[in-house]
Amino acid sequence: MKLQVSHSPHVRDKATTQSIMLDVIIALLPATIAGWYYFGIRAVLVTMVSVASCVIFEYLSRRVMKRNNTISDLSAVVTGLLLAMNLPVSIPIYMVVIGAAFAIVVVKQMFGGIGNNFVNPAIAARIFLVIAFPKAMTSWVVRVGEWYSLKSVDAVSSATPLTQIKAPDAPSLWKLFIGDKAGCIGEVCILALLIGAVYLMVRHVIRPWIPMAYIGTFFLLVFFFGHSNVFNFSGDLLTSQGWADLFHESLYMLLSGGLILGAFFMATDYVTSPLTTKGKLLFGMGCGILTFLIRYYGNMAEGVSFSIILMNILTPHIDDWTMGKPFGEVKENAKV
Amino acid sequence: MPLPLRSLHAFAGGVHPLGNKNTDVLPSIHLHGFKEVELLMQQHIGPPCTCVVKPGDHVDVGTLVGRADKPMSVPIHSSISGTVKEVHYVVSANGAPVEAVRIESDFNHTINPFCKPPKVESFEDFVQMIRDSGLVGLGGAAFPTYIKINPPKNKMPDTLIVNAAECEPYITADYRQICEHPDDIIDGILEVMKWLEIPKTIIGVEDNKPLVTRIFSHEIKKRIYKTGKHPDIEVRTLKTIYPQGAEKMLIYTLTGRKVPPGKLPIDVHTLVMNVSTLRFIGLYLKEGIPLTRKRMTLDGSALNTPGNFIVPIGARIQDIIEAAGGTREEPKKIIMGGAMMGVALDRIDHGIIKANNAILVFGSEETTLPPESPCIRCARCVNSCPMDLIPCGIDKATRLRDTEMLEKYHVMDCIECGCCTYACPSKRFLTQSIKNGKVMVRAERARIKKEQELLAASQQKGGSSPS
Repeated sequence: MKLQVSHSPHVRDKATTQSIMLDVIIALLPATIAGWYYFGIRAVLVTMVSVASCVIFEYLSRRVMKRNNTISDLSAVVTGLLLAMNLPVSIPIYMVVIGAAFAIVVVKQMFGGIGNNFVNPAIAARIFLVIAFPKAMTSWVVRVGEWYSLKSVDAVSSATPLTQIKAPDAPSLWKLFIGDKAGCIGEVCILALLIGAVYLMVRHVIRPWIPMAYIGTFFLLVFFFGHSNVFNFSGDLLTSQGWADLFHESLYMLLSGGLILGAFFMATDYVTSPLTTKGKLLFGMGCGILTFLIRYYGNMAEGVSFSIILMNILTPHIDDWTMGKPFGEVKENAKV
Repeated sequence: MPLPLRSLHAFAGGVHPLGNKNTDVLPSIHLHGFKEVELLMQQHIGPPCTCVVKPGDHVDVGTLVGRADKPMSVPIHSSISGTVKEVHYVVSANGAPVEAVRIESDFNHTINPFCKPPKVESFEDFVQMIRDSGLVGLGGAAFPTYIKINPPKNKMPDTLIVNAAECEPYITADYRQICEHPDDIIDGILEVMKWLEIPKTIIGVEDNKPLVTRIFSHEIKKRIYKTGKHPDIEVRTLKTIYPQGAEKMLIYTLTGRKVPPGKLPIDVHTLVMNVSTLRFIGLYLKEGIPLTRKRMTLDGSALNTPGNFIVPIGARIQDIIEAAGGTREEPKKIIMGGAMMGVALDRIDHGIIKANNAILVFGSEETTLPPESPCIRCARCVNSCPMDLIPCGIDKATRLRDTEMLEKYHVMDCIECGCCTYACPSKRFLTQSIKNGKVMVRAERARIKKEQELLAASQQKGGSSPS
């Protein structure tokens, strides 16, 4: 009789890395499909190219490095999907491929593959593209006329809501919420993003601490220190319009740009966020503060990406600071 | 009947493995007719016993085989009647060499005439009686009970906690014990309360076993009706979560007291005893037969007839499986103990010891060993750790052989419950890694201590020579 000998426990939970990644993909789909709806068939093309090139680069780099193949864990698909969601629809296709190569080869595989990258590959790639191709990465389009048009040159350039809050043709909050605005493929439809986020939380893939702290901190900062903040508010609080005005800027800032996408899907990236609840709250707060500072005082529109990547870098330290005491450990005999 | 109180405290973490309590409705069956038994001379935490029999000796059920000479050690008695065949060294299930006595049965099952109900007149008698009975904690840890009930005088317990949680998957031995002998358990509780002057007892039962709560409540009421006395015994339901039955977790859930790392329950004035341990105390006072038989759950898909069986201690695992109905497919994995903390065996001729409470015989459907993949830092291990540790960090430190980092992560506080490994989606062997880490830290601590001693010795020499 041949018996298997292994260390306890002898039963395991069903969840695997692959099942978690699949959950993330499912959660990202509503927002992706909404992006396809708003930006037409070219958005589908950008998404497909991004996902396919991420998977291919993952396969190739593992092969070149003579390591076991990891494409079946679906993490490259998640990176590809996130990268596509962070790109404007008008981006030239070769740039998508370059971005995917940077995300997978440089950021992920050169640091040891899944679990070892110190920043989020999709965000790093987006920042890389913004710096390398600033023009292509910031030419935004609103609803191209022909849904099936694959050409990007016809696109009507437009400012993103972030840069036009003061303009008279700024979109309404409702339009921002359902996604009828300029922006990256995956970030526009807040409704779809929230559906995905709820799915992730129901499936226990993410915990709400990072998004809560991130969005909460950012909202409060805008509310108290934004351009038309609560202190210099001149409207009439006795009317509903007054209340709407009071919250307008904070809500506008929440719903525009990549904040919701970043807070729920990128700041919560396991590998690059802290382990403990306390650390997660700290991480989210840091992201919120940095996003506020960059959006209000910086000269780039990359608040969310930069703040998340900066906090990614701080994650090992946050883990250190928030380690906490074991169960039952009292102050006297806590080890230093 | 008032509903039992729900406990207010809840420890953080824990996991929800499938209960698989397939055998809970099956009454326990006595297994007899074992050809031979192999009694290990160390069946408890503490130094081994001295063997007092030699080949050719005749022994009865209850005859002393291993004498407890050293403190922390409890005697071992023969579980069958027959002839001692061999006294030799064997490798125990955990891999350590240990002296063992092989006894061949005469199938008469004669009981040693010296076994009669003990007379207990004082606390000292009680402690001695418990030691002589060979009793150890039957929940699995095998801590000598006589040490547990004899704490230092400044640390007398004020609460007796009865562990009826049985949170391990598959195991139903305690459940059957409660269903079949609630009166003995209450007797045991009352004896411990009487001799240790403990004013209060709390019985903790997981809420997936409502029958147990009802049995206990009924039994306590019956006792009140019969004697007119109102013992302060309370039955409380606990959330069904693994490891609810772990000592530290159980104490916290029931009393709100936290046992500090490296301390014992007695340091927070509680005494935790398993229902089976208490039942044995109750029974021993009536019959006087030392601990020679053990109720254990046999389960797993490879078995023909899973169930609860009462077997003589020392019976070989292969014989028990055979006597319990045999296997219907070739076993792929055999586990001594529960699915979360048990030891997987490489051979099955081990004799069972006092603390064994289950043998799981897994067939191919339950036997899986998924390959490890890299940690994705999902924090499921952190969230599931009842001790609030960071298992993935300890795992990393162990693999780096970094003892300093291991100490920083409080590796020694781990209770090895297996929650982290259960929860890990990357299927990493976290518990194993943590155990290795503990070994490294112990070695490092010993090395540092030795170094300091040497240094101190050389300084003494160096300091004295010039003068």
